[in-house]
Amino acid sequence: MSRVLLNGNAAAAWGARLARVDYVPAFPITPQTGIIETLAAWFASGDAEGRMTTCESEHSMVTAAAAAAATGVRVFTATSSQGLLYAMEMVFAVPGWRAPFVLVNVSRALATPITLEPDHSDVLAARDSGFLQIHCASCQEVLDSVLLAYRLGEDPRVRLPVIVNQDGFHLSFTREPVDLPDAAAVDAFLPPFDAQQAGFRASRPVSQAVAVLGGSPYSYFRYQVHLAQNAALAAYDEIAADFAARFARQHPAVEAYRCDDAEIVYFLIGSLSARARLAADRLRASGLRVGVVRPRLLRPYPAAALRALLAGKRAVAVVDQNLSMGSGGILHGELGGALHGHADMPLLLSFVGGLGGREVSDGEFAAMAREAFAAARSGEVPEARLLYTAGELRELRKLQAVAGLAPGSPR
Amino acid sequence: MYRIRFHGRGGQGIRTAASVLGSALFASGREVQDAPRYGAERRGAPMSAHVRAGRSVIVERGAIAQPDLVVVADPTLLAGGVLQGLSAQSVLFLNGSEPADELRTRLACPGRVVTWPGAARELEETTGVAIGALCAGGAARLLGVISRTTLEQALLAEIAGHGSGAAEAGRALGLAGFDALADSAGMVGEGVDDPGAGDAPPDWVRLALDDASLAAPDVFREATSELVQTGLWRTSRPVIDAALCSRCSWVCTTLCPDSAIHAKAGEVPQIDYEHCKGCLVCVLACPPHAIRALPERQPATAGNPR
Repeated sequence: MSRVLLNGNAAAAWGARLARVDYVPAFPITPQTGIIETLAAWFASGDAEGRMTTCESEHSMVTAAAAAAATGVRVFTATSSQGLLYAMEMVFAVPGWRAPFVLVNVSRALATPITLEPDHSDVLAARDSGFLQIHCASCQEVLDSVLLAYRLGEDPRVRLPVIVNQDGFHLSFTREPVDLPDAAAVDAFLPPFDAQQAGFRASRPVSQAVAVLGGSPYSYFRYQVHLAQNAALAAYDEIAADFAARFARQHPAVEAYRCDDAEIVYFLIGSLSARARLAADRLRASGLRVGVVRPRLLRPYPAAALRALLAGKRAVAVVDQNLSMGSGGILHGELGGALHGHADMPLLLSFVGGLGGREVSDGEFAAMAREAFAAARSGEVPEARLLYTAGELRELRKLQAVAGLAPGSPR
Repeated sequence: MYRIRFHGRGGQGIRTAASVLGSALFASGREVQDAPRYGAERRGAPMSAHVRAGRSVIVERGAIAQPDLVVVADPTLLAGGVLQGLSAQSVLFLNGSEPADELRTRLACPGRVVTWPGAARELEETTGVAIGALCAGGAARLLGVISRTTLEQALLAEIAGHGSGAAEAGRALGLAGFDALADSAGMVGEGVDDPGAGDAPPDWVRLALDDASLAAPDVFREATSELVQTGLWRTSRPVIDAALCSRCSWVCTTLCPDSAIHAKAGEVPQIDYEHCKGCLVCVLACPPHAIRALPERQPATAGNPR
């Protein structure tokens, strides 16, 4: 094992290399491109053995990834943002093929307006596709999660593709110390892909992923993917425990920070959770009992684990770095669904922040906790809030004036 | 924890500067986090890079709001908010040779200021990606916790991918920057453990529904691009030699991708330096080779069209 400085993109590439991937279909997009550039260089130099195909689109890339996985080889691919959306027809189609592979998504906000900086609207658009989803908060987690994802997706109980998500810029372009595990230790944790019945033999033709007519067989096949996702909950816990035993790093399905005696909890995913941990430390120093809950696994949704962690808490400040227009923050809605109807559940406050890479300030974390304490005292939940300041609105109005618009002026 | 913020322009090696300093600090036994921040990847556009170095695992993330050291690679950026977050304890290091006291007064900078000392003033003439190595070397000396050997190894490791010539040039310039600031060695101290503790409460507002005609990201005003002085992005300046210009009036003016060269028939064209980005297409295209490229840093008189 060695400890080196890697950014999230290099960590993802190392994960694929240590997993000894056979095939990488690729298409470039900011901020993901560093991953496929790194793998391409290793394939060219012989540092890694595998084949790369540069595709003409992400739609073809995901099709190639699943098709290759269906022949029984280990496949890796990566994309971001508009690329994931361009592939979306196939993202929803391929989980039903029951051919596991790993896709690293480097989160970047979606158009319109088009931008390069991160939020989680892209990966959450794939929420209902059938892909499993693991969300990372550090570069170490990116590397480790690629390894966990292969074990999980290839598990006979699961057999589904996995998205490993990392935040663009905040992880993809940020270097930090990462433990590179020994290749032999990884080989022991992650044996070669056992393709079982999947494979390609000219002498043994198989028609895969055929059409059905009629809702009854359709319901069966769709629900089987749902059941496989549910089975992945127990499988994940076993695999993460095995990983911890071998590599001494804990990656539970839900990370809980200073939660045991917490009255108020921040609830969020990804690398912003580090800032929430610092905010909790700061508030505890002033006598307020605050913790952080961060799901790493978002599909399958660890509802029972979340209920166990949040029972008895007074209020939860959910910080969504995404926006479901017409509804609000996606994490907030999902958590409400998981907790509703159960005893001793906390109030849920909804904050939408960090859209398109907007920084969430330390002062805002403190203010969110204050609002949560106030809600706990009064029993009244405030209206959902976009983290947006008067200063930001003033600057926005200046931009509109430069563009030839003023509030209230007709075109 | 040390918090260091670099400011420069795309193409000046600022991303590399952060990784050189990050690697040198990591090799010196520190926990490190380094990251570039930029919007669209445009040569010449302002960008920043952020380095944190501490004695224990770094939890803090994102842009550095309260830096201990701000390194400004390009004096033309001083007008653009690069001083944000500087305190009386922090240090501003400018890649320039204006006397530090004068600069501090001119900028009303609350912290201490460092520029190249007189004997090393030629360093400010450095151009292109090598500026990053130079600034990394200077920053390493200001921190005072990185040895010359460790810096040299970090320079070679981080610039190796740019080719052996670039690595050698980077090594030499990084060490020159390190040596030039010997009198200021160790000037930068480590900042407070948790700068977020003093963060002010937000003045949140609730957005109201605007008319759709206002809420679509459309631009109606004509020629808004003229409001943005893209000439500040330039690292090289095209200069027309009237003695050689054939007065064709159409080649450079037509091929300039920014429409920044204007000419009347029979006259020497005029370059709009407020908007010329310094791509130098005109230098390559001019049939009588009447357009030269000068480093942007040369005095304005040398670059003015005659």
